[in-house]
Amino acid sequence: MPKFPLDVLLKSVKSPILLIGEDQRISLQNPAATALLKMDFTGRNYINALRQPALLDAVDQAQLDGTQKTARFLVQTGNTDQTFEALVVPDNKQTLVILEDQSAEHDINSVRRDFVANVSHELRTPLTALLGFIETLQGPARNDPKAQERFLGIMAVEADRLRRLVDDLLSLSRVEETERSRPTNPVDLEEVIRQSTELLEPLAKTAKTHLQVVAPEQPMVVPGDAAQLQQVLHNLIENAIKYGATEAGITVAIHPPAYERSLQQECIRLTVEDQGSGIPERHLVRLTERFYRVDDHRDREMGGTGLGLAIVKHIMNRHRGRLLFDSTEGQGTTVSILLPTVIENLIRQSSIP
Amino acid sequence: MSEHISSAYDRDLEEIQALVMRMGGLVEQSILSAADALAARDLELAEQVRAADKAIDTLELQINDEAARTIALRAPVSKDLRSILTVLRIAASLERIGDYAKNMAKRTGTLVDMPPINGSDKALRRMAREVQLMLKDVLDAYVRGDAELAEEVRQRDHEVDQMYNALFREFLTFMMEDPRNITACMHLHFMAKNVERMGDLTTNMAEQVIYQVTGSMPEEARPKGDKTSFVRTPE
Ligand SMILES: Nc1ncnc2c1ncn2[C@@H]1O[C@H](COP(=O)(O)OP(=O)(O)O)[C@@H](O)[C@H]1O
Ligand SMILES: [Mg+2]
Repeated sequence: MPKFPLDVLLKSVKSPILLIGEDQRISLQNPAATALLKMDFTGRNYINALRQPALLDAVDQAQLDGTQKTARFLVQTGNTDQTFEALVVPDNKQTLVILEDQSAEHDINSVRRDFVANVSHELRTPLTALLGFIETLQGPARNDPKAQERFLGIMAVEADRLRRLVDDLLSLSRVEETERSRPTNPVDLEEVIRQSTELLEPLAKTAKTHLQVVAPEQPMVVPGDAAQLQQVLHNLIENAIKYGATEAGITVAIHPPAYERSLQQECIRLTVEDQGSGIPERHLVRLTERFYRVDDHRDREMGGTGLGLAIVKHIMNRHRGRLLFDSTEGQGTTVSILLPTVIENLIRQSSIP
Repeated sequence: MSEHISSAYDRDLEEIQALVMRMGGLVEQSILSAADALAARDLELAEQVRAADKAIDTLELQINDEAARTIALRAPVSKDLRSILTVLRIAASLERIGDYAKNMAKRTGTLVDMPPINGSDKALRRMAREVQLMLKDVLDAYVRGDAELAEEVRQRDHEVDQMYNALFREFLTFMMEDPRNITACMHLHFMAKNVERMGDLTTNMAEQVIYQVTGSMPEEARPKGDKTSFVRTPE
Protein backbone atom coordinates (compact mmCIF):
# COMPACT_ATOMS: atom_id res chain seq x y z
CA MET A 1 0.00 0.00 0.00
CA PRO A 2 1.46 3.38 -1.00
CA LYS A 3 2.02 5.69 1.96
CA PHE A 4 -0.13 8.79 2.25
CA PRO A 5 1.95 11.67 3.62
CA LEU A 6 1.22 12.20 7.31
CA ASP A 7 1.46 15.97 7.26
CA VAL A 8 -1.12 16.23 4.46
CA LEU A 9 -3.40 14.00 6.47
CA LEU A 10 -2.95 16.05 9.64
CA LYS A 11 -3.49 19.30 7.78
CA SER A 12 -6.91 18.23 6.58
CA VAL A 13 -8.18 17.12 9.99
CA LYS A 14 -10.32 19.61 11.89
CA SER A 15 -9.41 18.30 15.35
CA PRO A 16 -6.26 19.72 16.90
CA ILE A 17 -3.49 17.09 16.84
CA LEU A 18 0.04 17.13 18.29
CA LEU A 19 2.79 14.55 18.05
CA ILE A 20 5.26 14.34 20.94
CA GLY A 21 8.68 12.90 20.07
CA GLU A 22 10.99 10.79 22.19
CA ASP A 23 12.74 13.90 23.51
CA GLN A 24 9.36 15.20 24.81
CA ARG A 25 9.46 17.90 22.14
CA ILE A 26 6.55 18.46 19.79
CA SER A 27 7.55 17.07 16.41
CA LEU A 28 4.32 17.77 14.53
CA GLN A 29 1.41 20.07 15.13
CA ASN A 30 -1.49 20.45 12.70
CA PRO A 31 -3.05 23.82 11.73
CA ALA A 32 -6.11 23.17 13.92
CA ALA A 33 -3.80 22.84 16.94
CA THR A 34 -1.93 26.01 16.01
CA ALA A 35 -5.24 27.87 15.78
CA LEU A 36 -6.32 26.58 19.18
CA LEU A 37 -3.00 27.17 20.99
CA LYS A 38 -2.37 30.42 19.10
CA MET A 39 1.21 29.37 18.43
CA ASP A 40 3.29 26.78 16.66
CA PHE A 41 5.05 24.82 19.39
CA THR A 42 7.00 22.56 17.04
CA GLY A 43 10.42 21.87 18.54
CA ARG A 44 9.38 22.89 22.05
CA ASN A 45 8.71 20.79 25.11
CA TYR A 46 5.07 19.65 25.02
CA ILE A 47 4.45 20.86 28.58
CA ASN A 48 4.92 24.43 27.35
CA ALA A 49 1.97 23.90 25.03
CA LEU A 50 -0.37 21.78 27.13
CA ARG A 51 0.38 22.50 30.82
CA GLN A 52 -2.98 21.35 32.28
CA PRO A 53 -2.36 18.82 35.10
CA ALA A 54 -4.98 16.30 33.95
CA LEU A 55 -3.51 16.11 30.46
CA LEU A 56 0.11 15.98 31.68
CA ASP A 57 -0.85 13.10 33.97
CA ALA A 58 -2.49 11.28 31.05
CA VAL A 59 0.65 11.70 28.91
CA ASP A 60 2.91 10.53 31.78
CA GLN A 61 0.71 7.49 32.39
CA ALA A 62 0.38 6.62 28.71
CA GLN A 63 4.15 6.77 28.22
CA LEU A 64 4.65 4.67 31.32
CA ASP A 65 2.32 1.77 30.58
CA GLY A 66 2.00 2.09 26.80
CA THR A 67 -1.80 2.21 26.68
CA GLN A 68 -4.24 4.90 25.51
CA LYS A 69 -5.48 7.46 28.00
CA THR A 70 -8.11 10.19 27.93
CA ALA A 71 -8.26 13.48 29.81
CA ARG A 72 -10.32 16.62 29.84
CA PHE A 73 -8.73 19.71 28.35
CA LEU A 74 -10.30 23.10 28.95
CA VAL A 75 -9.76 26.09 26.72
CA GLN A 76 -10.79 29.38 28.27
CA THR A 77 -11.44 32.32 26.02
CA GLY A 78 -12.96 35.29 27.80
CA ASN A 79 -16.06 34.09 29.58
CA THR A 80 -16.76 30.95 27.64
CA ASP A 81 -15.07 27.64 28.19
CA GLN A 82 -14.51 25.11 25.47
CA THR A 83 -14.20 21.55 26.69
CA PHE A 84 -12.06 19.09 24.79
CA GLU A 85 -11.51 15.43 25.34
CA ALA A 86 -7.85 14.62 24.83
CA LEU A 87 -7.05 11.18 23.50
CA VAL A 88 -3.44 10.26 24.30
CA VAL A 89 -2.04 7.46 22.16
CA PRO A 90 1.49 6.19 22.89
CA ASP A 91 3.33 4.30 20.18
CA ASN A 92 6.85 3.13 20.78
CA LYS A 93 8.73 6.30 21.71
CA GLN A 94 6.21 8.77 20.34
CA THR A 95 2.94 10.02 21.77
CA LEU A 96 -0.01 11.33 19.78
CA VAL A 97 -2.44 13.78 21.37
CA ILE A 98 -5.81 14.32 19.67
CA LEU A 99 -8.15 16.98 21.05
CA GLU A 100 -11.82 16.53 20.37
CA ASP A 101 -14.22 19.40 20.92
CA GLN A 102 -16.95 18.31 23.31
CA SER A 103 -18.61 21.60 24.15
CA ALA A 104 -21.12 21.48 21.31
CA GLU A 105 -22.08 17.94 22.20
CA HIS A 106 -22.54 18.80 25.87
CA ASP A 107 -25.04 21.50 25.02
CA ILE A 108 -26.92 19.84 22.26
CA ASN A 109 -27.06 16.30 23.53
CA SER A 110 -28.13 16.67 27.13
CA VAL A 111 -30.14 19.87 27.15
CA ARG A 112 -31.91 19.41 23.83
CA ARG A 113 -32.80 15.80 24.52
CA ASP A 114 -34.61 16.67 27.76
CA PHE A 115 -36.29 19.58 26.11
CA VAL A 116 -37.61 17.63 23.15
CA ALA A 117 -38.94 14.92 25.48
CA ASN A 118 -40.73 17.54 27.58
CA VAL A 119 -42.17 19.38 24.61
CA SER A 120 -43.48 16.18 23.09
CA HIS A 121 -45.15 15.29 26.34
CA GLU A 122 -46.76 18.73 26.64
CA LEU A 123 -47.98 18.63 23.04
CA ARG A 124 -49.40 15.18 23.33
CA THR A 125 -51.93 15.99 26.04
CA PRO A 126 -54.01 18.51 24.06
CA LEU A 127 -53.48 16.58 20.83
CA THR A 128 -54.83 13.39 22.36
CA ALA A 129 -57.87 15.27 23.59
CA LEU A 130 -58.48 16.80 20.18
CA LEU A 131 -58.18 13.46 18.40
CA GLY A 132 -60.52 11.87 20.90
CA PHE A 133 -63.21 14.47 20.36
CA ILE A 134 -62.86 14.35 16.59
CA GLU A 135 -63.43 10.61 16.76
CA THR A 136 -66.49 11.12 18.96
CA LEU A 137 -67.88 13.79 16.65
CA GLN A 138 -67.44 11.51 13.66
CA GLY A 139 -68.97 8.53 15.45
CA PRO A 140 -71.25 8.44 18.49
CA ALA A 141 -72.08 12.16 18.50
CA ARG A 142 -72.66 12.40 14.76
CA ASN A 143 -76.35 13.26 15.16
CA ASP A 144 -76.32 14.98 18.56
CA PRO A 145 -76.14 18.77 18.07
CA LYS A 146 -76.06 19.44 21.80
CA ALA A 147 -73.07 17.18 22.40
CA GLN A 148 -71.42 18.59 19.30
CA GLU A 149 -71.61 22.11 20.65
CA ARG A 150 -70.19 21.07 24.00
CA PHE A 151 -67.35 19.10 22.42
CA LEU A 152 -66.46 21.90 20.02
CA GLY A 153 -66.19 24.17 23.04
CA ILE A 154 -63.73 21.85 24.72
CA MET A 155 -61.82 21.44 21.47
CA ALA A 156 -61.48 25.20 21.18
CA VAL A 157 -59.93 25.27 24.67
CA GLU A 158 -57.48 22.51 23.82
CA ALA A 159 -56.57 24.10 20.49
CA ASP A 160 -55.99 27.35 22.33
CA ARG A 161 -53.66 25.57 24.75
CA LEU A 162 -51.70 24.24 21.79
CA ARG A 163 -51.45 27.69 20.26
CA ARG A 164 -50.17 29.16 23.53
CA LEU A 165 -47.61 26.43 23.84
CA VAL A 166 -46.30 27.05 20.35
CA ASP A 167 -46.28 30.83 20.96
CA ASP A 168 -44.32 30.43 24.18
CA LEU A 169 -41.87 28.00 22.60
CA LEU A 170 -41.24 30.47 19.82
CA SER A 171 -40.69 33.39 22.22
CA LEU A 172 -38.37 31.26 24.31
CA SER A 173 -36.22 30.34 21.34
CA ARG A 174 -36.18 33.93 20.08
CA VAL A 175 -35.08 35.20 23.48
CA GLU A 176 -32.40 32.53 23.74
CA GLU A 177 -31.07 33.47 20.34
CA THR A 178 -30.56 37.09 21.34
CA GLU A 179 -29.43 36.37 24.90
CA ARG A 180 -25.77 37.19 24.25
CA SER A 181 -26.37 40.65 22.84
CA ARG A 182 -27.27 43.05 25.58
CA PRO A 183 -30.00 45.52 24.55
CA THR A 184 -29.10 49.21 24.83
CA ASN A 185 -32.18 51.27 23.82
CA PRO A 186 -33.53 53.54 26.54
CA VAL A 187 -36.81 52.10 27.84
CA ASP A 188 -39.32 54.03 29.93
CA LEU A 189 -40.44 51.51 32.54
CA GLU A 190 -43.62 53.35 33.45
CA GLU A 191 -44.76 53.14 29.86
CA VAL A 192 -43.99 49.42 29.82
CA ILE A 193 -46.06 48.90 32.95
CA ARG A 194 -48.92 51.02 31.65
CA GLN A 195 -49.21 48.93 28.49
CA SER A 196 -49.04 45.61 30.32
CA THR A 197 -51.62 46.56 32.93
CA GLU A 198 -53.97 47.93 30.29
CA LEU A 199 -53.89 44.63 28.43
CA LEU A 200 -54.48 42.58 31.57
CA GLU A 201 -57.19 44.73 33.15
CA PRO A 202 -60.03 42.55 31.72
CA LEU A 203 -58.42 39.36 33.03
CA ALA A 204 -58.08 40.96 36.47
CA LYS A 205 -61.73 41.92 36.43
CA THR A 206 -62.78 38.36 35.58
CA ALA A 207 -60.64 37.12 38.48
CA LYS A 208 -62.36 39.62 40.79
CA THR A 209 -59.23 41.55 41.61
CA HIS A 210 -57.70 44.86 40.53
CA LEU A 211 -54.29 46.22 39.51
CA GLN A 212 -52.64 49.22 41.10
CA VAL A 213 -49.46 50.91 39.92
CA VAL A 214 -47.01 52.76 42.18
CA ALA A 215 -44.36 54.80 40.40
CA PRO A 216 -42.10 57.73 41.33
CA GLU A 217 -42.66 61.15 39.76
CA GLN A 218 -39.52 61.26 37.63
CA PRO A 219 -39.20 59.02 34.57
CA MET A 220 -37.50 55.67 35.22
CA VAL A 221 -35.37 54.69 32.24
CA VAL A 222 -33.07 51.70 31.75
CA PRO A 223 -31.16 50.37 28.75
CA GLY A 224 -33.26 47.51 27.43
CA ASP A 225 -35.59 45.93 24.91
CA ALA A 226 -39.05 47.43 25.37
CA ALA A 227 -41.02 44.57 23.81
CA GLN A 228 -39.18 41.98 25.92
CA LEU A 229 -39.56 43.94 29.14
CA GLN A 230 -43.25 44.22 28.40
CA GLN A 231 -43.38 40.47 28.03
CA VAL A 232 -41.70 40.14 31.44
CA LEU A 233 -44.28 42.37 33.09
CA HIS A 234 -47.10 40.65 31.25
CA ASN A 235 -46.01 37.20 32.43
CA LEU A 236 -45.50 38.30 36.03
CA ILE A 237 -48.78 40.19 36.32
CA GLU A 238 -50.66 37.39 34.57
CA ASN A 239 -49.24 34.94 37.11
CA ALA A 240 -50.27 37.19 40.00
CA ILE A 241 -53.80 37.31 38.59
CA LYS A 242 -53.98 33.59 37.86
CA TYR A 243 -52.39 32.29 41.05
CA GLY A 244 -52.70 35.15 43.54
CA ALA A 245 -55.94 37.04 42.89
CA THR A 246 -57.65 38.40 46.02
CA GLU A 247 -59.81 41.40 46.80
CA ALA A 248 -56.70 43.09 48.17
CA GLY A 249 -55.58 43.50 44.58
CA ILE A 250 -52.20 43.30 42.90
CA THR A 251 -49.57 46.03 43.19
CA VAL A 252 -47.04 46.76 40.48
CA ALA A 253 -44.34 49.13 41.72
CA ILE A 254 -41.26 50.87 40.33
CA HIS A 255 -38.61 51.68 42.94
CA PRO A 256 -36.12 54.49 42.40
CA PRO A 257 -32.53 53.54 41.46
CA ALA A 258 -30.46 52.12 44.31
CA TYR A 259 -27.21 50.20 44.69
CA GLU A 260 -27.96 46.46 44.58
CA ARG A 261 -25.48 44.32 46.39
CA SER A 262 -26.26 41.19 44.41
CA LEU A 263 -25.40 42.85 41.10
CA GLN A 264 -22.85 45.26 42.55
CA GLN A 265 -24.29 48.20 40.72
CA GLU A 266 -27.13 50.66 40.64
CA CYS A 267 -30.45 49.11 39.61
CA ILE A 268 -34.10 49.92 39.30
CA ARG A 269 -36.33 47.39 41.03
CA LEU A 270 -39.78 46.45 39.73
CA THR A 271 -42.07 44.43 41.95
CA VAL A 272 -45.32 42.59 41.31
CA GLU A 273 -47.00 41.82 44.61
CA ASP A 274 -50.08 39.74 45.33
CA GLN A 275 -51.70 38.56 48.54
CA GLY A 276 -52.72 35.16 47.30
CA SER A 277 -51.91 31.76 48.71
CA GLY A 278 -48.17 32.05 48.07
CA ILE A 279 -45.64 29.49 46.91
CA PRO A 280 -44.15 26.89 49.27
CA GLU A 281 -40.45 27.62 49.72
CA ARG A 282 -39.13 24.36 48.30
CA HIS A 283 -40.55 25.30 44.88
CA LEU A 284 -38.99 28.76 44.69
CA VAL A 285 -35.64 27.73 43.24
CA ARG A 286 -37.24 25.63 40.53
CA LEU A 287 -39.90 28.05 39.25
CA THR A 288 -37.86 29.20 36.26
CA GLU A 289 -37.29 25.68 34.96
CA ARG A 290 -39.11 24.97 31.74
CA PHE A 291 -42.51 23.34 32.30
CA TYR A 292 -42.16 23.50 36.06
CA ARG A 293 -45.47 24.00 37.82
CA VAL A 294 -46.12 24.08 41.53
CA ASP A 295 -49.35 22.15 41.32
CA ASP A 296 -49.22 20.36 38.02
CA HIS A 297 -52.92 19.66 37.77
CA ARG A 298 -54.26 22.99 39.05
CA ASP A 299 -51.83 25.07 36.99
CA ARG A 300 -52.52 23.12 33.83
CA GLU A 301 -56.23 23.75 34.36
CA MET A 302 -55.43 27.46 34.54
CA GLY A 303 -54.13 27.14 30.99
CA GLY A 304 -50.49 27.77 31.86
CA THR A 305 -47.71 26.41 29.71
CA GLY A 306 -45.13 26.38 32.48
CA LEU A 307 -42.83 28.44 30.25
CA GLY A 308 -43.76 31.94 31.44
CA LEU A 309 -41.06 32.29 34.09
CA ALA A 310 -38.44 30.51 31.96
CA ILE A 311 -38.98 33.21 29.35
CA VAL A 312 -38.75 35.90 32.04
CA LYS A 313 -35.47 34.46 33.29
CA HIS A 314 -33.86 34.47 29.86
CA ILE A 315 -35.00 38.03 29.18
CA MET A 316 -33.51 39.10 32.52
CA ASN A 317 -30.25 37.32 31.67
CA ARG A 318 -30.10 39.22 28.44
CA HIS A 319 -30.55 42.47 30.36
CA ARG A 320 -27.87 41.34 32.86
CA GLY A 321 -30.57 41.77 35.50
CA ARG A 322 -31.96 39.58 38.22
CA LEU A 323 -35.25 37.84 39.04
CA LEU A 324 -36.15 37.27 42.69
CA PHE A 325 -39.05 35.50 44.39
CA ASP A 326 -40.23 36.24 47.87
CA SER A 327 -43.25 34.32 49.05
CA THR A 328 -44.92 33.38 52.32
CA GLU A 329 -47.50 30.65 52.24
CA GLY A 330 -50.93 32.04 52.94
CA GLN A 331 -49.76 35.66 52.70
CA GLY A 332 -48.80 36.21 49.12
CA THR A 333 -45.97 36.51 46.66
CA THR A 334 -43.68 39.33 45.61
CA VAL A 335 -41.71 38.86 42.42
CA SER A 336 -38.95 41.42 41.83
CA ILE A 337 -36.80 42.17 38.87
CA LEU A 338 -33.60 44.21 39.08
CA LEU A 339 -32.49 46.13 36.00
CA PRO A 340 -29.09 47.86 35.87
CA THR A 341 -29.48 51.56 35.13
CA VAL A 342 -26.28 51.88 33.13
CA ILE A 343 -24.09 49.61 31.08
CA GLU A 344 -20.82 49.72 32.98
CA ASN A 345 -17.67 50.52 31.05
CA LEU A 346 -15.80 47.53 29.84
CA ILE A 347 -12.46 48.36 31.41
CA ARG A 348 -10.81 45.45 29.72
CA GLN A 349 -11.71 46.60 26.24
CA SER A 350 -10.63 50.17 26.66
CA SER A 351 -7.34 49.55 28.41
CA ILE A 352 -5.43 47.62 25.78
CA PRO A 353 -2.58 49.97 24.82
CA MET B 1 13.36 31.43 19.68
CA SER B 2 15.69 30.59 16.83
CA GLU B 3 17.90 33.62 16.43
CA HIS B 4 20.89 31.37 16.88
CA ILE B 5 21.33 27.66 16.51
CA SER B 6 19.76 25.84 19.43
CA SER B 7 22.59 25.75 21.95
CA ALA B 8 23.04 23.62 25.04
CA TYR B 9 21.88 26.63 27.00
CA ASP B 10 18.66 26.91 24.98
CA ARG B 11 17.93 23.27 25.55
CA ASP B 12 18.45 23.65 29.30
CA LEU B 13 16.22 26.70 29.40
CA GLU B 14 13.44 24.95 27.49
CA GLU B 15 13.44 22.10 30.02
CA ILE B 16 13.37 24.51 32.96
CA GLN B 17 10.53 26.47 31.35
CA ALA B 18 8.63 23.22 30.97
CA LEU B 19 8.96 22.71 34.73
CA VAL B 20 7.65 26.24 35.32
CA MET B 21 4.68 25.52 33.06
CA ARG B 22 3.95 22.27 34.84
CA MET B 23 3.99 24.26 38.05
CA GLY B 24 1.81 26.98 36.51
CA GLY B 25 -0.80 24.45 35.40
CA LEU B 26 -1.01 23.10 38.94
CA VAL B 27 -1.34 26.59 40.44
CA GLU B 28 -4.13 27.55 37.99
CA GLN B 29 -5.97 24.39 38.96
CA SER B 30 -5.46 25.10 42.66
CA ILE B 31 -7.01 28.55 42.42
CA LEU B 32 -10.12 27.17 40.73
CA SER B 33 -10.37 24.18 43.05
CA ALA B 34 -9.95 26.33 46.16
CA ALA B 35 -12.79 28.57 45.04
CA ASP B 36 -15.01 25.63 44.05
CA ALA B 37 -14.27 23.89 47.33
CA LEU B 38 -15.41 26.98 49.19
CA ALA B 39 -18.59 27.43 47.16
CA ALA B 40 -19.57 23.77 47.57
CA ARG B 41 -18.07 23.40 51.08
CA ASP B 42 -16.27 20.43 49.53
CA LEU B 43 -13.59 19.28 51.97
CA GLU B 44 -12.24 16.58 49.68
CA LEU B 45 -11.51 19.11 46.99
CA ALA B 46 -9.95 21.40 49.61
CA GLU B 47 -7.70 18.51 50.59
CA GLN B 48 -6.63 18.11 46.97
CA VAL B 49 -5.53 21.73 46.94
CA ARG B 50 -3.36 21.11 49.99
CA ALA B 51 -1.84 18.05 48.35
CA ALA B 52 -1.16 19.99 45.14
CA ASP B 53 0.68 22.62 47.16
CA LYS B 54 3.28 19.99 48.11
CA ALA B 55 3.84 19.17 44.43
CA ILE B 56 4.11 22.89 43.68
CA ASP B 57 6.75 23.39 46.38
CA THR B 58 8.75 20.41 45.12
CA LEU B 59 8.69 21.80 41.59
CA GLU B 60 9.99 25.14 42.79
CA LEU B 61 12.96 23.47 44.49
CA GLN B 62 13.64 21.49 41.35
CA ILE B 63 13.50 24.65 39.22
CA ASN B 64 15.92 26.43 41.58
CA ASP B 65 18.36 23.53 41.40
CA GLU B 66 18.22 23.27 37.62
CA ALA B 67 18.59 27.02 37.21
CA ALA B 68 21.61 27.12 39.55
CA ARG B 69 23.18 24.24 37.66
CA THR B 70 22.62 25.93 34.30
CA ILE B 71 24.07 29.22 35.51
CA ALA B 72 27.14 27.42 36.90
CA LEU B 73 27.60 25.27 33.82
CA ARG B 74 26.82 27.68 30.97
CA ALA B 75 27.62 31.06 32.54
CA PRO B 76 24.86 32.87 30.58
CA VAL B 77 25.13 36.60 29.95
CA SER B 78 22.79 39.46 28.92
CA LYS B 79 19.53 38.16 27.39
CA ASP B 80 20.23 34.58 28.43
CA LEU B 81 20.89 35.63 31.99
CA ARG B 82 17.72 37.69 31.94
CA SER B 83 15.73 34.65 30.83
CA ILE B 84 17.00 32.49 33.63
CA LEU B 85 16.37 35.20 36.23
CA THR B 86 12.83 35.55 34.91
CA VAL B 87 12.34 31.82 35.36
CA LEU B 88 13.37 32.08 39.00
CA ARG B 89 11.15 35.04 39.75
CA ILE B 90 8.13 33.51 38.04
CA ALA B 91 8.61 30.26 39.92
CA ALA B 92 8.82 32.19 43.20
CA SER B 93 5.56 34.06 42.44
CA LEU B 94 3.81 30.83 41.47
CA GLU B 95 4.89 29.22 44.71
CA ARG B 96 3.37 32.04 46.72
CA ILE B 97 0.12 31.98 44.75
CA GLY B 98 -0.03 28.27 45.50
CA ASP B 99 0.38 29.08 49.19
CA TYR B 100 -2.53 31.49 49.10
CA ALA B 101 -4.69 28.84 47.43
CA LYS B 102 -3.71 26.41 50.17
CA ASN B 103 -4.67 29.02 52.79
CA MET B 104 -8.10 29.35 51.20
CA ALA B 105 -8.51 25.60 51.25
CA LYS B 106 -7.59 25.49 54.93
CA ARG B 107 -10.13 28.14 55.83
CA THR B 108 -12.83 26.25 53.93
CA GLY B 109 -12.38 23.53 56.52
CA THR B 110 -13.08 26.07 59.27
CA LEU B 111 -16.07 27.57 57.48
CA VAL B 112 -17.92 24.31 56.99
CA ASP B 113 -19.75 24.55 60.30
CA MET B 114 -20.69 28.20 59.98
CA PRO B 115 -23.82 29.67 58.43
CA PRO B 116 -23.37 30.54 54.75
CA ILE B 117 -23.09 34.24 54.01
CA ASN B 118 -25.58 35.25 51.39
CA GLY B 119 -24.00 34.96 47.94
CA SER B 120 -20.48 35.82 49.06
CA ASP B 121 -19.03 32.44 48.11
CA LYS B 122 -20.15 33.02 44.57
CA ALA B 123 -18.68 36.51 44.46
CA LEU B 124 -15.38 35.14 45.79
CA ARG B 125 -15.49 32.43 43.21
CA ARG B 126 -15.98 34.98 40.44
CA MET B 127 -13.01 36.93 41.76
CA ALA B 128 -10.86 33.79 41.94
CA ARG B 129 -11.81 32.87 38.41
CA GLU B 130 -10.84 36.32 37.24
CA VAL B 131 -7.41 35.88 38.83
CA GLN B 132 -7.03 32.41 37.36
CA LEU B 133 -7.80 33.85 33.91
CA MET B 134 -5.14 36.51 34.46
CA LEU B 135 -2.67 33.81 35.47
CA LYS B 136 -3.59 31.76 32.42
CA ASP B 137 -2.94 34.73 30.16
CA VAL B 138 0.39 35.50 31.89
CA LEU B 139 1.56 31.93 31.44
CA ASP B 140 0.46 32.02 27.81
CA ALA B 141 2.23 35.36 27.36
CA TYR B 142 5.35 33.80 28.87
CA VAL B 143 5.53 30.75 26.61
CA ARG B 144 4.62 32.78 23.56
CA GLY B 145 6.87 35.72 24.43
CA ASP B 146 3.86 38.02 24.04
CA ALA B 147 4.53 41.31 25.86
CA GLU B 148 1.27 42.85 24.69
CA LEU B 149 -0.81 40.13 26.33
CA ALA B 150 1.25 40.55 29.51
CA GLU B 151 0.56 44.28 29.47
CA GLU B 152 -3.16 43.62 29.12
CA VAL B 153 -3.08 41.34 32.17
CA ARG B 154 -1.26 44.01 34.13
CA GLN B 155 -4.13 46.40 33.50
CA ARG B 156 -6.72 43.86 34.60
CA ASP B 157 -5.46 43.72 38.17
CA HIS B 158 -7.48 46.86 38.69
CA GLU B 159 -10.72 44.91 38.20
CA VAL B 160 -9.71 42.37 40.80
CA ASP B 161 -8.99 45.18 43.24
CA GLN B 162 -12.44 46.59 42.58
CA MET B 163 -14.05 43.21 43.17
CA TYR B 164 -12.14 42.98 46.41
CA ASN B 165 -13.32 46.41 47.52
CA ALA B 166 -16.93 45.54 46.75
CA LEU B 167 -16.67 42.28 48.67
CA PHE B 168 -15.04 44.04 51.58
CA ARG B 169 -17.94 46.50 51.82
CA GLU B 170 -20.36 43.60 51.61
CA PHE B 171 -18.69 41.76 54.50
CA LEU B 172 -18.77 44.89 56.62
CA THR B 173 -22.51 45.23 56.03
CA PHE B 174 -23.15 41.60 56.90
CA MET B 175 -21.12 41.90 60.08
CA MET B 176 -23.04 45.00 61.15
CA GLU B 177 -26.38 43.44 60.29
CA ASP B 178 -25.84 40.41 62.46
CA PRO B 179 -22.91 39.87 64.85
CA ARG B 180 -23.29 36.11 64.42
CA ASN B 181 -21.88 36.61 60.92
CA ILE B 182 -18.65 38.11 62.19
CA THR B 183 -16.47 35.01 62.41
CA ALA B 184 -17.52 33.66 59.03
CA CYS B 185 -17.12 37.07 57.43
CA MET B 186 -13.62 37.46 58.87
CA HIS B 187 -12.61 34.15 57.31
CA LEU B 188 -14.21 35.06 54.01
CA HIS B 189 -12.50 38.41 54.09
CA PHE B 190 -9.09 36.81 54.59
CA MET B 191 -9.85 34.57 51.64
CA ALA B 192 -10.80 37.56 49.50
CA LYS B 193 -7.56 39.21 50.58
CA ASN B 194 -5.70 36.04 49.56
CA VAL B 195 -7.24 36.21 46.11
CA GLU B 196 -6.44 39.89 45.83
CA ARG B 197 -2.79 39.11 46.68
CA MET B 198 -2.77 36.37 44.03
CA GLY B 199 -3.83 39.06 41.57
CA ASP B 200 -0.90 41.26 42.65
CA LEU B 201 1.58 38.41 42.27
CA THR B 202 0.16 37.61 38.85
CA THR B 203 0.66 41.23 37.91
CA ASN B 204 4.29 41.02 39.06
CA MET B 205 4.66 38.00 36.81
CA ALA B 206 3.24 40.02 33.92
CA GLU B 207 5.90 42.66 34.56
CA GLN B 208 8.57 39.97 34.56
CA VAL B 209 7.34 38.70 31.21
CA ILE B 210 7.46 42.22 29.79
CA TYR B 211 11.00 42.58 31.15
CA GLN B 212 12.08 39.31 29.62
CA VAL B 213 10.62 40.11 26.21
CA THR B 214 11.44 43.81 25.89
CA GLY B 215 14.47 44.08 28.17
CA SER B 216 12.93 46.79 30.34
CA MET B 217 10.33 46.96 33.07
CA PRO B 218 7.04 48.71 32.20
CA GLU B 219 7.32 52.37 33.22
CA GLU B 220 3.79 53.58 33.63
CA ALA B 221 2.50 52.74 37.08
CA ARG B 222 -0.42 50.38 36.99
CA PRO B 223 -3.71 51.54 38.45
CA LYS B 224 -4.03 50.74 42.14
CA GLY B 225 -7.57 50.32 43.30
CA ASP B 226 -7.38 48.86 46.78
CA LYS B 227 -8.95 51.49 48.97
CA THR B 228 -9.07 49.40 52.10
CA SER B 229 -5.40 49.28 52.97
CA PHE B 230 -6.17 50.74 56.39
CA VAL B 231 -7.37 47.30 57.38
CA ARG B 232 -4.47 45.22 58.58
CA THR B 233 -4.67 41.60 57.67
CA PRO B 234 -2.29 38.79 58.47
CA GLU B 235 -0.84 37.42 55.26
N1 LIG C 1 -47.86 34.92 41.94
C1 LIG C 1 -47.84 33.56 42.07
N2 LIG C 1 -48.47 32.95 43.12
C2 LIG C 1 -48.47 31.61 43.25
N3 LIG C 1 -47.87 30.76 42.38
C3 LIG C 1 -47.24 31.28 41.32
C4 LIG C 1 -47.18 32.70 41.10
N4 LIG C 1 -46.45 32.92 39.99
C5 LIG C 1 -46.08 31.71 39.52
N5 LIG C 1 -46.55 30.71 40.31
C6 LIG C 1 -46.33 29.27 40.12
O1 LIG C 1 -45.19 29.12 39.27
C7 LIG C 1 -45.50 28.23 38.21
C8 LIG C 1 -44.70 28.60 37.00
O2 LIG C 1 -45.13 29.80 36.43
P1 LIG C 1 -44.98 30.05 34.87
O3 LIG C 1 -43.60 29.70 34.49
O4 LIG C 1 -45.45 31.43 34.56
O5 LIG C 1 -45.91 28.97 34.24
P2 LIG C 1 -47.49 28.97 33.96
O6 LIG C 1 -47.56 28.91 32.49
O7 LIG C 1 -47.98 27.75 34.64
O8 LIG C 1 -48.06 30.23 34.50
C9 LIG C 1 -46.99 28.35 38.04
O9 LIG C 1 -47.48 27.18 37.47
C10 LIG C 1 -47.47 28.56 39.45
O10 LIG C 1 -47.62 27.32 40.08
MG1 LIG D 1 -47.32 32.12 33.74
